[in-house]
Amino acid sequence: MTSSIPNSASFKPLAAGHTKAMTTAGPLLELDGVSTHYVSAQGTRVVPAVDQVSLKINAGETLGIVGESGSGKSTLALTILRLLPPAGRIVSGRMLFEGEDLLRKSDLEMRRIRGKRIAMILQDPMASLNPLFSIGDQVGEPIRVHEGATRRSAWSRAIELLKSVRIPAPETRVSQFPHEMSGGMRQRIVGAIAISCGPRLLIADEPTTSLDLTIQAQYLNLLRDLQREHGLALIFITHNLGIVAKMCDQLAVMYAGRVVESGPVSRIFNAPAHPYTRALLNSIPRMGSNNRRLVAIEGQPPDMVSLAPGCSFAARCPSATDHCRAEAPPETRLEANRTVRCWLAGTEANLPAAARVSGAV
Amino acid sequence: MKSYIARRLGYSMISILLLSVTIFMFVRLTGDPTTLLVEPGASQSEIEAIREQLGLDRPIWVQYATFMANLSMGDFGQSFYYRMPVSELYLSRLPNSLLLAACAMIFSLVIGIPSGVLAAVRVGRFWDKAGKVFALLGLSMPAFWVGLVMILFFSVFLEWLPSSGSGTVLHIIMPAFALGWYFAAAHMRLTRSSMLEVLGSEYVKLARLKGLPEAIVIAKHALKNAVIPVLTLAGINLVVMVNVAVVVETVFAWPGIGRLLYEGIAFRDFPVVQGVVILGGGMIVFVNLLIDILYAVIDPRIRLER
Repeated sequence: MTSSIPNSASFKPLAAGHTKAMTTAGPLLELDGVSTHYVSAQGTRVVPAVDQVSLKINAGETLGIVGESGSGKSTLALTILRLLPPAGRIVSGRMLFEGEDLLRKSDLEMRRIRGKRIAMILQDPMASLNPLFSIGDQVGEPIRVHEGATRRSAWSRAIELLKSVRIPAPETRVSQFPHEMSGGMRQRIVGAIAISCGPRLLIADEPTTSLDLTIQAQYLNLLRDLQREHGLALIFITHNLGIVAKMCDQLAVMYAGRVVESGPVSRIFNAPAHPYTRALLNSIPRMGSNNRRLVAIEGQPPDMVSLAPGCSFAARCPSATDHCRAEAPPETRLEANRTVRCWLAGTEANLPAAARVSGAV
Repeated sequence: MKSYIARRLGYSMISILLLSVTIFMFVRLTGDPTTLLVEPGASQSEIEAIREQLGLDRPIWVQYATFMANLSMGDFGQSFYYRMPVSELYLSRLPNSLLLAACAMIFSLVIGIPSGVLAAVRVGRFWDKAGKVFALLGLSMPAFWVGLVMILFFSVFLEWLPSSGSGTVLHIIMPAFALGWYFAAAHMRLTRSSMLEVLGSEYVKLARLKGLPEAIVIAKHALKNAVIPVLTLAGINLVVMVNVAVVVETVFAWPGIGRLLYEGIAFRDFPVVQGVVILGGGMIVFVNLLIDILYAVIDPRIRLER
C-alpha cells in the first residue's frame, strides 16, 4: 500500500492493512469438528445441538451463519465463547483462535478473551442493558476490567465510543439510563460495548431481528463501518438471507446442528449444492413474481432428541434416496473453501440453479 | 417525582381511614367490656354508670365521630383498664418492640440474602437443597414452638440464656431468633427465586460476555436487581414483625406492643386495641410509602415517571 493513495479512496486497502497486522498467517478462528451437546439433568437425554462443525474465518472477513430456529446457530456462538448454559457440554473438536485452542484455555484465560478479543452482540437490545446502571458505566465496564482503566478515563472513553456508534449528544447520553433510549439506540450502545476493547472477532446473534426495518439498515451499515475501521472479523448469525447477501463474504448453512453447506456467498447463492440451501433460497419471496403463494419447505425440522441415523434433512428432501435415510453424508469438499454434506451433491449439482437472490433482495 | 409522592400519600390516607372504621366496628363485636371492669356482683346501675362514664351508651356513629375527632388531634383515648392515655402506654412499649423487630430483621436478612444467593448460584446442587430444607423448616415451624424448644434447650438444659424478661443483650437473643426464623426462610426463598430470574436475563449474559469476573456479575449486575423485591418484602416484614410478635412476646414475656395488644383483647380494652391496630396499620402504610419512594431512588425508571 502506497501512501500516495488519497484517503477517500483507501477504504478497502485500509481494511487490508489492518488485517495484515495479524501475527499468525492462518485463519483468525478455525473450528474443527466441534460438537456441543445438551445433557438432561439425569444424563438420560442428549441433544446434539452442534454436531461436528468445522468452520474458518479470516481476519476482517464476514461469515454468515443461517438456519432455522433450533438449528444450533446460537449454541455455536456460545460454544465459541464457552458461555453455554449449565446443561451444555462441548464434547469434541478444536477451536483455534489466533492459533490457540480455546478449549484448552482455563476459565480465567477465557474470561480475559471475552469482551476483549472476542465480543458478542445479543439479539434483544431492550433486555441486554442492565436497567440500574448508567450507559457510561456499562459501556466503560469492559475497559475498566480488561485494561484496568480508572472510572474517569473509562467514562471519557465511553463518550468516544458512543460517538463512534453515532449516538447524538454523547456527553448527555452517557449519564442517562437504558430506559431513556430507543431500541435502535440501545442496540448501538450494545455495539459500542462490543467494540470497546478493540476485539478481533465480533459475533452478532441476530442483532437486527427486534429492530424495525429502517433502523435495521442503519444498524447494518454501522456494523459494516465499524468492521472496516477496526479490521474486525464478523460472524453474523441470522435467518435473513437478504442480510447475508448484503453483509457476508462467506456463508455456512446449518440444519439440525450440522453445517450442511459452506463457502463463499456468491458461489452458494448462484449454485447451491445442498437441497436444503436450494429450498431456503427458493422460499425467499420475490417481487414481480406471478406466483402469489409463498414457497415453503414441506415438513418440520427433526426432533433433536431422537435423530434418525441418516441425513437429517432426508425426511423433507424431495430427492432423498434409501442411502440418504440409512447413512449420514460426510462433509465433502466441492472446491477450495466450499463444503457440502449431501450424498447427491456431486450428481445433482447441475440441477437448475434455484435462485439468483443476490440481486433480488 | 413530587407528583408521584403526592399520589402515594393520598392512597395512604385512604387506607388508614378504612382501617379505622373496620377496627372500630369489629372490636365492638367482641362483647361488653364493662362486665370485666366491675367487681363481681355489681348492680345494674353501677354497670350503667361505668358505661356512661366510658361513653359506651351513646350511638355507635357518635362514638366513632368522637373517636376520630380526638384521633385527628393525636388523642387515642384512655385505656379502660390502665386508666391512662393509650398513646402513653403505646410509647412505653414501642422501644422494646422495635428493638426486637430490628434484631429479628437483621438476623433474617443476614441469613436470608446470602443463603438465597448461594442457592440460586448453585441451583440444583448441595447448597440449594440444603437451603430448601432450611426454608421448609423455617416456614412450617410456628414461632411459639421454636421459642419453647429454645427455652427448653438454652435455658433449661444448657442454662446459657434467660428464659424470659428483658434488660440485657442475652434476653433478646432467643426472642429475636424465634421471631426472625420464619422471616429468614421467607427472605431466602424470595432472594433465590428473584436471583434465578435475574441470572437468566440478557443483561447478565451480556455482563458475562464482557468478560467480567463472576463475582462482579453476581454482586453488581444480578444482586442489585434481585434485591429490589426482597427489600420490599423486608420493609413490610419489619412492620409485620412489630405487630405479629404477640405470640413470641407472650412466650418470652417480652414487654412490647404485642403483649399490650394481647392484654387489650383479653380485657376488652377497646381504646388500647383500636390504638395498637391503627398505629400498627399506620406503620405498615407508612413503610409501604417509604418503600415506594426508596424504589424511585434505586430505580431510575420509576424516578422519572410522571
